[in-house]
Amino acid sequence: MTWLANVDPLFIHGTTGVVILIVIIKVIVGFAALMGAVTLMIWFERKAISDMQSRIGPQRWGPFGILQTLADGIKLFFKEDLIPAEADRFVFKLAPYLALVPALITFSIVPIGGTLTIGGHQVMLQIANPPMGILVMLAMSGISVYGVMLAGWASGSKYPLLSSVRASASMISYEAALGITIVTIVLVTGSLSTHDIVTSQAHGIWHWNVIRLGVVPFVIFWMAITAELGRPPFDVVESDSELVGGFNTEYSALRFALFYLAEFMNTITMSAIIVTLFFGGPAGWIPPVAHLKWVFPIIWFVLKTVFFCFCYIWFRAALPRFRYDQVMDLGWKRLIPLSLGWMLIVAGFLVAPAWGLVLTAAVLMASLVLTRAFDLGSKRESGADSILPTIGQRPLPGQVLRSWSEHEEDE
Amino acid sequence: MSSPLSFFGGFKLTFQHLTRPRVTVSYPDQKRPKQPRQHGRHVLNRYEDGMEKCIGCELCAGACPVNCIYVRGLDNPPDHPVSPGERYGYVYEINYLRCIHCDLCVEACPTQAITESKMFEFSFTNRADAIYTKAELVVDDHGFPKHLPWEDWREGEAEMTGGWMRATSPSGDAEYEGVVQWTGDLGVGVRAPEAGQSENRDDEATGSKQLRRAFFKHLQPEDVNADQAGLQGKLNEARAKMPKRFRKNEQ
Repeated sequence: MTWLANVDPLFIHGTTGVVILIVIIKVIVGFAALMGAVTLMIWFERKAISDMQSRIGPQRWGPFGILQTLADGIKLFFKEDLIPAEADRFVFKLAPYLALVPALITFSIVPIGGTLTIGGHQVMLQIANPPMGILVMLAMSGISVYGVMLAGWASGSKYPLLSSVRASASMISYEAALGITIVTIVLVTGSLSTHDIVTSQAHGIWHWNVIRLGVVPFVIFWMAITAELGRPPFDVVESDSELVGGFNTEYSALRFALFYLAEFMNTITMSAIIVTLFFGGPAGWIPPVAHLKWVFPIIWFVLKTVFFCFCYIWFRAALPRFRYDQVMDLGWKRLIPLSLGWMLIVAGFLVAPAWGLVLTAAVLMASLVLTRAFDLGSKRESGADSILPTIGQRPLPGQVLRSWSEHEEDE
Repeated sequence: MSSPLSFFGGFKLTFQHLTRPRVTVSYPDQKRPKQPRQHGRHVLNRYEDGMEKCIGCELCAGACPVNCIYVRGLDNPPDHPVSPGERYGYVYEINYLRCIHCDLCVEACPTQAITESKMFEFSFTNRADAIYTKAELVVDDHGFPKHLPWEDWREGEAEMTGGWMRATSPSGDAEYEGVVQWTGDLGVGVRAPEAGQSENRDDEATGSKQLRRAFFKHLQPEDVNADQAGLQGKLNEARAKMPKRFRKNEQ
């Protein structure tokens, strides 16, 4: 059990009953806080987006309509739960939980405060601090896409199926950029644990990863995580103008509510992950108030997270949706090479400045080659040599776009 | 125009909207004032002596593009006439499932018997209730439309019946000035001309004052009241929002 004590100081005195109680309390409090935050987030999103569109938004339930989510939840709870005749019944029922559970688990690795000493036990304000740390987040975002994918597939309907194909494709495209950016952070920190990542940024604003690594990894991470969440402007998964409602078209009642919940829970969690990785988590100025010093890191953490939640809403209000092929383009052609190059530069500078300069030059050369390659590729795409005829050009009777016999003669 | 910063134009605009006034109102609790010539539920008017204006000529039924009006005339009983003329509207029915509130009936009416109020919020639970008869349409003994229990009447909607007719008659001349050509109504008398008809506007009398106050931002600059225009208007607006005890200088 020594590895447990190395990871979490709570287990130094062994796994006693009190320790187990503390862990259970942490889990319950974390779960309740996340659930409460989700209801507030849904209300906040609806209210903020309506403000940005000069509307009023929810206002009937509670002060400023703050209980609207509760009312919606109660309504969805009592609605009829429909399962389409064509659906794969077991997978159809399973999918919402595959979406919800990873969303809940991801939050457990987020440090929301410092360390608290209760009766000789050192309690980290973080549900779990596993040694693989941030990899849990990557794994869970990988699993949560199964929820979306299986939901679309099991519905036995065409638009949800298209949506699930999109979901898995965009997950694959952006997971790489996401992972490489996280590697950059892990290189600087020297540890995978989120607790260590946060403590390494605790010594002031210049130590925050967003500044320490240059702003580029943060921007890449933010874009990739927005695409992972399927939030605007990357909401090709549930683009209502193209795919009706996306993967959850056939869902109703409580199962739909679970998807809805998971989506907003992910938004909060990913905002929290951004704050943890790039903005020092709970780091911030602590006023000299006796006995209350543990409160201020939590307040800092919440403020930063709320800011990023607001940014997601702002994106939704300000940006039009990307086309599906543009999403793929951005992921594969821009973000993956850029994050890879930046990671190499950071790694080089960590070894020695000379290596850093050499790698910078190499990355610049590589980017030139890539730019040229993309340029050639885009020209080839629309040329006469392209494999598929351009849309709009259909061979009329007697007209041949491309003669196959010519090619055969060449060989 | 196409500078790299123009990417953030959308962000700037949406952020500015956070502080802008809302364009929507919370409808059932709060209602926008209605346009002075809004077409709502019909009324059948009466003369100042209580006689009905309708003469049963069926011109409204003829003009109606959706055939929602059904009229049958009858000779006036000599001992107790209903209308001053030879005949009166014995049956008068409007089917509100069909009516499109085009006001062609108002235009067709030779005696200004049928006009429209501004009340549009009424609903039915069966088809028979959608047919309004004389019992519902004819104004009461004080000259006001009957407020039926399922109708949501708001203040000012009953007083402003026939705004459209008064605005365009006679002969649709909006520049008309002088003596009005329409007849008086029971309980109201001869109504004032609608605003916009001449320079001598009497917004108070026609009920469009309320509207001008609410929508002055939509008006032409010369139509805005003096106490609402420019910096003085902003001052007045702020003063109106202040608690009463700070407003000493007002009457």
